[in-house]
Amino acid sequence: MKGKIVIDKEFCKGCQFCIAFCPKKAVQISAKRNTKGYAYAEYDKTKKCSGCATCALVCPEATIEVYRE
Amino acid sequence: MKKVFSRPKSLRKVSMHYCPGCGHSIIHRLIAELLDELKLRDKTICVPPAGCAVLAYYYLDIDMVEAPHGRATAVATGIKRVHPKNLVFSYQGDGDLAAIGTSEALHAANRGEQITVIFVNNAVYGMTGGQMAPTTLAGQKTTTSPFGRDPKIEGPPIRVCELLATLHNTSYLERVAVNSPAHIKKTKNALRKAFEHQKKNTGFSLVEILSPCPTNWRMDPLQSCKWIDEVMVKEFPLGVLKEVKC
Repeated sequence: MKGKIVIDKEFCKGCQFCIAFCPKKAVQISAKRNTKGYAYAEYDKTKKCSGCATCALVCPEATIEVYRE
Repeated sequence: MKKVFSRPKSLRKVSMHYCPGCGHSIIHRLIAELLDELKLRDKTICVPPAGCAVLAYYYLDIDMVEAPHGRATAVATGIKRVHPKNLVFSYQGDGDLAAIGTSEALHAANRGEQITVIFVNNAVYGMTGGQMAPTTLAGQKTTTSPFGRDPKIEGPPIRVCELLATLHNTSYLERVAVNSPAHIKKTKNALRKAFEHQKKNTGFSLVEILSPCPTNWRMDPLQSCKWIDEVMVKEFPLGVLKEVKC
């Protein structure tokens, strides 16, 4: 099963919960910053996201959308 | 591909003011998800606290009545008595419920008001800058206990769930946390149960949620999640403290 996530970077505050709890390590911290000044989380397309939605479950800002086949 | 997870409809599409890694925003989302699932968005009235969550009415798209500091359970009592068919819950922090609002909460529970209280315990006064709260752990450093809380002088932390469990008219008391995916799922189930108890008029229900406060604990968000598991849970054990049949 394959999945993908979409992160609205302007809502992200860089707490890194999604990065710590993702079982596939498919989320990474960006080198860029958003308009609030936070280094935001982004989807690492080279890894295989399974669409388990753990990242979205722990995201305090409810900014992650999860898609699954 | 099918969308399997997105922002709940009851949560407005605005950026919340909470610090990175704050538990409040997770709890807001869980409440919004539940209200969407139970289709109670139009029938719910919330009483937000004074504290970090004071602006909850900007985020949750439901009816809200703001209460003075600590008086949320008293206001919720009035609302529930006038509107017995609506779901009424108060959302309070530990400084709000366990300090200034102790008498209101205790007596509402003793009267067995048919309301739900969501009690967010982060062991400090968050909004005012991390002062010592009644729930601050022994030895914990805060801005008003810079050498750590001394139980001989300031007393040990108050365990609100255990305190209320001795009362006759409380129906559902559970302590949960929001520091890991498994605990977040349990928190959602606990909130659902509390709302169900209210629907069946079994009495006063309260869900205590241990929530990380990275800013005032002087930790990063992940450290604060670990701190709940390693330190806070020993003082505030998780689990159902009281449940009457409904």
